[in-house]
Amino acid sequence: MIAVETDNLSLKLGDKTVLDDITCQVHEGEFVAVLGPNGAGKSVFLKLLLGILTPSSGHIRIWGRAPRDLPSEWIGYVPQAKTHDRSFPAIAVELVITGLYQRWRGWASAPEKLAARGALAQLGAEHLADRPIGILSGGELQRVYLARSLVRKPRLILLDEPVTGVDSVGENDFYEVLEAYRRQSGATIIMVTHDWEVASRHACHVLVLNRNLIGFGAPAEVLCSDCLKRAYGVSSTTHLSSCPRPEAHQH
Amino acid sequence: MGEILNLPFMQRALLAGVMIGFLASYLGVFVVQRGMGFLGNGLAHAAFGGVALGLLLGREPLIIAVPFTVAIALAITWVRQRTALTSDTVIGVFFAAAMALGVIFLSLKREYSADAFAYLFGSILSVTVTDIWVTGLVMIFTLACQPLWGRWAYATFDRDLALTDRVPVLLDDYILTVLIAVTVVVAVKVVGIVLISAFLVVPAAAARLMARRFAVMTVLSVIIGVASVIIGLWLSYQLDLPSGATIVLLQTAIFLTSLAVGRLAGAGSPGR
Repeated sequence: MIAVETDNLSLKLGDKTVLDDITCQVHEGEFVAVLGPNGAGKSVFLKLLLGILTPSSGHIRIWGRAPRDLPSEWIGYVPQAKTHDRSFPAIAVELVITGLYQRWRGWASAPEKLAARGALAQLGAEHLADRPIGILSGGELQRVYLARSLVRKPRLILLDEPVTGVDSVGENDFYEVLEAYRRQSGATIIMVTHDWEVASRHACHVLVLNRNLIGFGAPAEVLCSDCLKRAYGVSSTTHLSSCPRPEAHQH
Repeated sequence: MGEILNLPFMQRALLAGVMIGFLASYLGVFVVQRGMGFLGNGLAHAAFGGVALGLLLGREPLIIAVPFTVAIALAITWVRQRTALTSDTVIGVFFAAAMALGVIFLSLKREYSADAFAYLFGSILSVTVTDIWVTGLVMIFTLACQPLWGRWAYATFDRDLALTDRVPVLLDDYILTVLIAVTVVVAVKVVGIVLISAFLVVPAAAARLMARRFAVMTVLSVIIGVASVIIGLWLSYQLDLPSGATIVLLQTAIFLTSLAVGRLAGAGSPGR
């Protein structure tokens, strides 16, 4: 069953073409990594899927519906930690409860608190429940965001560079939980990342963008030098040769 | 305290002041957390344009100032959402224009207007029964919008998360801006144009230093806002000082105390 489908998807902001003619299909239960250089339109692509932005032309269908017609609890969104406002007074469990209540809750009910603490416990983060989110490390914060996303039992999880600034142990734990949820629930995952190794290790498919579609397919096909040179440009040839070969990470 | 409650003008001032203290400190938590402190200042100066127009037309200034300031507030929000300009820049442009209009309107009146100065610095004696009714209506409307607190708070925390959960963020922004604008206008008589932004910012900032949850910050801000009006009015009467300035200095003292207590308790540092 097709979960996410884009058809000639384009977005212009003023005179600038941010995304041009993106066509792809993601099947239910797949893990898709979205790669591309800075400014390639990866986060914009996610925001189009979330219904935050409206395409200039083309279509998006998620289980046959336009993004804004989907029940919001079907989607779990994990934003970039660096965009997080650390000055906002909140404790971790309150952030997780927004995943259930879809509003900021002043005084949460006991069942809501219990469910939120359960989601944190699932990620080994129950001890963070009463901590102010402003003092959490990048890795801790991303676990809280993932708990917020999973507590609503989403059918589609969209992640925007979720492990940037997280140490390798935290990163492995993060992907383990994500993979376990996918196996158990059959959820579809679309994740923006800069990490080719993670893409080749976890993703069923890789979508390489640089405003237009450079490649979409299995990691072994798409993470080739030619595709990546087209995405990252000639100047990055040196960088490409120093990157681990995707084939080395196929299991 | 009992003595001053027998004076009709103090009764009006206290009633209006408590309602304004509530409104400004309740809405102020969003002003502070959204980094819109300059908005209160800008809207107060926009209100001056409206007041001056009312004086020029020989009408009740508040009746003209409310729609005038709301129009400026909506224009600020509209331009901010449709351009890459920062909030401060947009507010700066509109507040200067409204202030300039106010100066032109007053100059066209061609006679000295003591009323204009009452609005600039606030005058407890100038609070009328009409002002109480208008403030009461704003209070009722704000309380009716209380269910929006969770949506405003969510969008304040993270606009994209709120949009993802289908919160009508743009509509909510307009409602919040209109409420702030109307609160600023009705507060002008008691506090004065020069000091009203403090009513929006200082109680919420003091509460932020003491609270680690947004709901608690909101409650503390309202308590500080209302209590500072009651105590400040009493102090201003006893010490024969201007009411608006006394209240604002009291709020500042509470802020500084929160800062000191917060530092001692370890709260109030970034993220706490």
